[in-house]
Amino acid sequence: MTDTTTTTAPADAKVKKMTAVEAINLALHDAMEADAKVLVLGEEVADPQEGGVMGVTKGLSTKFGEDRVKSTPISEQAIIGAAIGAAVGGYKPVAEIMLMNFVTVAMDMIINHAAKLRFMSGGQTGVPMVIRTMTGAGFSTGGQHSDYWEAWFAHSPGIKVVAPSNPDDAYGLMRAAIDDPDPVLFIENLPSYWTPAPVTKQIIPIGKARIAREGSDVTVIAHSLMVTHSLAVAEKLAGEGVSVEVIDLRTISPWDKETVLASVRKTGRAVVVHEAVKQFGIGAEIASVITEELWGTLKRPVERVGAAFSSVPFSKPLETAFAPQPDTIAAAIKAALA
Amino acid sequence: MSNYPKPDPATLLEIYKKAALIKLNDERIIKQMMAGKLVMPYYSPRGQEIIPSAISVSLTDDDYICTIYRGIHDMLAKGFPLDELWAELAGRVTGTCKGKGGPMHLTCPDKGMMVTTGIVGSSMPIATGLGWAAKLDGKNRVSIANFGDGASNIGAFHESLNMAAVWKLPVIFVCQNNLYAEHTSVAYSRAIDRISDRAAGYGMPGVTVNGNDPDEMYGAAKVAIDRARAGEGPTLIEAMTFRFNGHLLGEAGHYMDKGLYAQAQKDDPMPILRARLIADGIASEAVLATLEADIDARIDVALAAAYDAPFPDVTELKRDVFAEEIA
Repeated sequence: MTDTTTTTAPADAKVKKMTAVEAINLALHDAMEADAKVLVLGEEVADPQEGGVMGVTKGLSTKFGEDRVKSTPISEQAIIGAAIGAAVGGYKPVAEIMLMNFVTVAMDMIINHAAKLRFMSGGQTGVPMVIRTMTGAGFSTGGQHSDYWEAWFAHSPGIKVVAPSNPDDAYGLMRAAIDDPDPVLFIENLPSYWTPAPVTKQIIPIGKARIAREGSDVTVIAHSLMVTHSLAVAEKLAGEGVSVEVIDLRTISPWDKETVLASVRKTGRAVVVHEAVKQFGIGAEIASVITEELWGTLKRPVERVGAAFSSVPFSKPLETAFAPQPDTIAAAIKAALA
Repeated sequence: MSNYPKPDPATLLEIYKKAALIKLNDERIIKQMMAGKLVMPYYSPRGQEIIPSAISVSLTDDDYICTIYRGIHDMLAKGFPLDELWAELAGRVTGTCKGKGGPMHLTCPDKGMMVTTGIVGSSMPIATGLGWAAKLDGKNRVSIANFGDGASNIGAFHESLNMAAVWKLPVIFVCQNNLYAEHTSVAYSRAIDRISDRAAGYGMPGVTVNGNDPDEMYGAAKVAIDRARAGEGPTLIEAMTFRFNGHLLGEAGHYMDKGLYAQAQKDDPMPILRARLIADGIASEAVLATLEADIDARIDVALAAAYDAPFPDVTELKRDVFAEEIA
């Protein structure tokens, strides 16, 4: 059973518009209020250090105290290690690793420990923690500040991977991630941080995709900022008589095969879009499963759209050419329809 | 060191009991491996028995420990159940980790044994987090991070000691300096004389003690544990010791200095403590012989039960990856 929903902008006038920054901040506030076991740690997360470099954790330490909301030294291994220890000790820490490239410094803690302790202990211990991190090309931050590395983590058993595309999902997935009994990597898209949208404050289950736009000719599967791009392309192509269904994965691992396969079974054509480098990206896994499961019903090979096989470049024209843009997504959809 | 509290006779006997269990258990593991009955990578703690035994007498089940691949001594000293230990070593479903962890990932949260890691240096960041949890709990719990001399050269050491000191966490960092990091001597891999000197760089007390001497080890641990319980923050203890069976059981050991090895064997802490207990009238030869025979009998039972138990079903591959079983 899937409980995917087709969401349009909520009509309720009481539903507030907010940015992803505000929505995640609200989710943290609500979670900390609901459960005294929820903790926040990371570089500059407390108010004396301005509540996070982008202000996502603003107000938390003032409200909940600096025992529960702790700014840390610049020590990614110790940040994740402290979160793991606190989680094993009965707490629900939300650790911030400021930028996704910085997770590399803490990979031993994340992969060898957070993701494996439940299995290696035979289920005696678990690591209910969230790792928040932001990333995304578009701000000319160059090679070490804007990569999407979700495939590394999706390839690692024991850790879940979530990447909201809008403020409503950011709120709902953050609440679910905090309450999840297992570690969750929560990927925030920096360039779309300040785009306001309605936030309903509904908790969104991990592992469930959302049909962001219904269509009948081709299925586009995307996450994070690529959902926004894909929806814009779908709207444009509707004018040309092409009906595009857009699936927002919301959770990358474990991904919602059922919803994706049901859609592609209907359309017979699929395009997977992600900002990460195309080679060995999650599109390869999704395309492979679609092909294995729906070989007889596919009308065309599954198309994949991803970044160029290079470091994220600094120079603006290069950066634009590196990451998938609406026109590259449109071209892939047309190839799928050929 | 002279101002350290000393273990009373009953505590000294308790230290010996724990240490004897570690030694006899180690000897039995090696025997079983040589007979081909246990197949596993084994990092023998023979020679390091006194360190965790002298620490654990000041701990309760509520206190946390994290240790490393050479950590069976730390686990047994803290009270790891022997039956479940042997079942785990044999890869059986009755093992504490259902046979999914093995010797490098022994875990028993009921006794405060939260994490055993196979990665050099990784016990420290997690023990720091457990120290944070302990502080938040407000129950005067402490968290022990065990690691070796090699781990003191890894970045995680620096990050953990610094964070624990900044946050004044109840963590005791126990560096069991057995003079070799895998095949590299400690003299080769650092430019200072004492690892404990590094504590000054983090603003915490650092001491080097003879880890094979139950008086010194007990005293240093007691002072550090009391300090942590009182909310005064972490301590680094460098406990000097030696490992008699090399890094990995079965290795040739050519890298070891022969003179150093011979001296360490002469200084084997186990016969020394045993003789002292008799000389000081704390326990007679007969009492100790009975105690040791009892341990051997418990091991007999544990290993027989382990070999009789079933292996885990292959469906276990779908369990404990996440809390919810994989479909």
